[in-house]
Amino acid sequence: MADWRMMDGYEMVIGLEVHVELKTKTKIFCSCSTAFGAEPNTQCCPVCMGFPGTLPVLNREVVHYAVKAGLATGCTISKYSKQDRKNYFYPDLPKAYQISQYDLPLCLKGHLTVETPEGSKEIGITRIHIEEDAGKLVHDPDKGTLIDCNRCGVPLIEIVSEPDIRTPQEAVAYLQKLKAVIAYTGVSDCKMNEGSLRCDVNLSIHKPGEPFGTRTEMKNLNSFQSVQRAIEEEYRRQVEAVRKGETIVQETRRFDQNTGKTYTMRAKENANDYRYFPDPDLAPIVLGDDLVKQWGAELPMLPDARKAAYMANYGLTSYAAEQLVSSKAYADYFEAAAQHTSAVRTLANLMITEVFRLLDGEDAAITIAPAHLASVATMQESGVINSGAAKKTVAALWQHDEDPEAYVQRSHLMQLNDRAQLLACVAQAIHDNPDMVSGYRAGKLPLKKALMGAAMRNSNGMANPVLLQQLVDEELDG
Amino acid sequence: MKTITSMTLTELAAALQKGELTSVEITKAYLDRIQQVEGKVGGYVSIYEEALKQAEAADARRASGEKVHPLCGVPVAVKDNICTAGVKTTCASKMLEGFVPPYSAHVWEKLQAAGCVLLGKTNMDEFAMGSTTENSAFHATHNPRDLARVPGGSSGGSAAVVAADEAPFSLGSDTGGSIRQPAAFCGVVGMKPTYGMVSRYGLIAFASSLDQIGPMTKTVEDNALALDAICGYDRRDTTSVKRGYTPMARQLKDGVKGLRIGLPKEMFAEGLSADVRTAVMHAVETLKELGATVKEVSIPSLSYALPAYYVLSSAEASSNLARFDGVRYGHRAEQYEDLEELYLNSRSEGFGPEVKRRILLGTYTLSAGYFDAYYKKALQVRTLVIRDFERVLADCDCLLGPVAPTTAYKLGEKTMSPLEMYLGDIHTVPVNIAGIPSLSMPCGLGDHGLPVGLQLMGATFSEPMLYRVGYALETALGKVCKEVQL
Repeated sequence: MADWRMMDGYEMVIGLEVHVELKTKTKIFCSCSTAFGAEPNTQCCPVCMGFPGTLPVLNREVVHYAVKAGLATGCTISKYSKQDRKNYFYPDLPKAYQISQYDLPLCLKGHLTVETPEGSKEIGITRIHIEEDAGKLVHDPDKGTLIDCNRCGVPLIEIVSEPDIRTPQEAVAYLQKLKAVIAYTGVSDCKMNEGSLRCDVNLSIHKPGEPFGTRTEMKNLNSFQSVQRAIEEEYRRQVEAVRKGETIVQETRRFDQNTGKTYTMRAKENANDYRYFPDPDLAPIVLGDDLVKQWGAELPMLPDARKAAYMANYGLTSYAAEQLVSSKAYADYFEAAAQHTSAVRTLANLMITEVFRLLDGEDAAITIAPAHLASVATMQESGVINSGAAKKTVAALWQHDEDPEAYVQRSHLMQLNDRAQLLACVAQAIHDNPDMVSGYRAGKLPLKKALMGAAMRNSNGMANPVLLQQLVDEELDG
Repeated sequence: MKTITSMTLTELAAALQKGELTSVEITKAYLDRIQQVEGKVGGYVSIYEEALKQAEAADARRASGEKVHPLCGVPVAVKDNICTAGVKTTCASKMLEGFVPPYSAHVWEKLQAAGCVLLGKTNMDEFAMGSTTENSAFHATHNPRDLARVPGGSSGGSAAVVAADEAPFSLGSDTGGSIRQPAAFCGVVGMKPTYGMVSRYGLIAFASSLDQIGPMTKTVEDNALALDAICGYDRRDTTSVKRGYTPMARQLKDGVKGLRIGLPKEMFAEGLSADVRTAVMHAVETLKELGATVKEVSIPSLSYALPAYYVLSSAEASSNLARFDGVRYGHRAEQYEDLEELYLNSRSEGFGPEVKRRILLGTYTLSAGYFDAYYKKALQVRTLVIRDFERVLADCDCLLGPVAPTTAYKLGEKTMSPLEMYLGDIHTVPVNIAGIPSLSMPCGLGDHGLPVGLQLMGATFSEPMLYRVGYALETALGKVCKEVQL
């Protein structure tokens, strides 16, 4: 991540509003499917299209999932909450009101712990509430604006953070942690590129000790990177405005990925009085302690707990553990693989450097059987293969999974440990590079590395690096 | 020999069951009657073309030996804010002028399953807002008892067609008196059930926390039979109540000896016209003679119920009617330059003045800075009204009061004064605010021989008690209204 620097002593104050799509089978108020990617207007009905005379009926699973998300983020679950109408006109909102929660939300006062360069920091979560999604507007150059109602009524939770975030990096760390924790609960896929996780940013600036400044809201952020860039850009814009003596206007701004700048949204989009009132078609949500407990018991071990366990039980570093718990699928994989080897630190390393590299950010499954990866770690740890060979093996298994021992044998990747053969490689290197040798002996110490490299190449990369180094040292230093 | 169209619902059901009449005969008789008088009454928005086909199907079901519902083959008129799949449902508004819903209201599904025959959709005040049916965007309905007068509203069409023998029974809706007041003006029986008793699924919403569908009939016994056919839990309506079922007529003929009837004194204050007071008090005396005890009770919060009603119902309506934006269904303006104009023009053209008035009022009471003073306050008043009714009903089997301060006024008389019109709701709205049931029935004639109605109000789910008292009174009073001369 690029370096971000404070300007003129102004601190940025950030709060994030994250909308997460809950992956219940059906919508929040009707029985339509929530499946992603269907043909437009094929997953809707009179209820979610707001036809006259239709009524909403709350899907119990939505409350179930939302409570799990609340419990996973340390929230208090409200015993009594209600649903309210948020009234405004827009073509993607069929009833001209969104059923949401206003003053009595389902979850309150949670928190997330994020890692910053300065250490762990707790970011507060003000509230989590349930609401329905609006439809999608599609702009067609010939036909104009088209409305797809498939998304109308898809259940969302809105997670509002306290304004505790102070840097763009903290914001991204919060989002990554939130995504991981929610994904662990199984209530959402949390895929920003599919729209199942969306983020709005509230940002203001102030000098520490002084009151918070006026905040602006930024929408239309499609990736964690956009969030970071938007924050950096808006911070800069606000500081420069204040430098010029301008006042910051409370408004919503749209971030443009191409220009990297934020733009005021049309004034009308800012002027809404939502006229919230309790929805008279719905009953209040009353939850008993037993039910909440029962739902809580369904939660798997969450990232922070797993990280602590990995560090305690396997001696992993905080960094390595944090990487492994970033996705439940990978944490589960790691734990499965760890059953098959005692070389757990090596295993962790292989996952973080090799496997994650091969995944390249895709939320895909790991195609190597856990026991196989474990076996590679065991071979590397015991010196059967060196790190270069391990890397090659993992890459090969990724393409075509098989018993790694078979592959290593077949491909002649076993590490060269034989002293006589290693000595021959070193001798060859010395023989082929007399200038390097004399140069080293004359005091150019880095040349030893070059000779080491030459010796390693003579072994086709198979030499045990530790033993080879010893021999190079012996030969050069006597 | 009684003509088919003057028979009661109970008599028709019995005749069908005994094989004395077929559904086709009954339906034809009603269609003929409609031909004969509808030009003068104007109670319908549309007549259903497939009525005879439905009648044939009902007869076939009965003939096949299938165990059928008592109302199988009986025709019915349905208020035009109740969705009937495949049949135009307009709410008497330009906004929904050609709207054909692809789904039916729960109550219509029930009646269809029972085998009822749809005669047509009845006229109403636009979106159920009004007390005279003069707010219909299409035409006014004339009171069959006196064609120069209003039938009441908003279920004026539903009341008029029953009074004019154009349907044996009809469905109306009551948010602030819209079944009870037209029933009183037209001299028929109308029930607003307990809130939650009848599913609102498919009733085009005016005020969600107040609306209820209810039957309008010639007699009390008919009404109990009709309510039985439409009430009950519907999982598509969260506000519908799940309870064990017992027939509405279970206490019908038990008489009123020893029953305690309360008269809320606030309902008998000034403002009640003399002829209404006389007729209602005569009914009170009749009940005493039948052995009931009558006592005065007090409901102090009653005077606040009317303003609370107008705040709450307008607020809910402003939100419920926002979906009519010209985008997915209903009227869309032909001229517009941008999105805002699409909304403004479609809604300005589609809605009538009373609807606009309520939307403006409702939006205001919900707006930032005013919510606490108006909407929240009204909700709190509502709680007081509920508690007040609970308190007096703890010592009474039912309450009795007038329905409207006057009998039916002339068409055009009140249209210039919305506030005066609103004041006419003063006796009816407290019932909707409290969510309790109320039965409106003719109790006498007022000046010019116009019908006077009274209402029997009871605790939640006490409909059988209300029918019991109503039946006893109806029997004792005999035929109250004169024959309709059309």
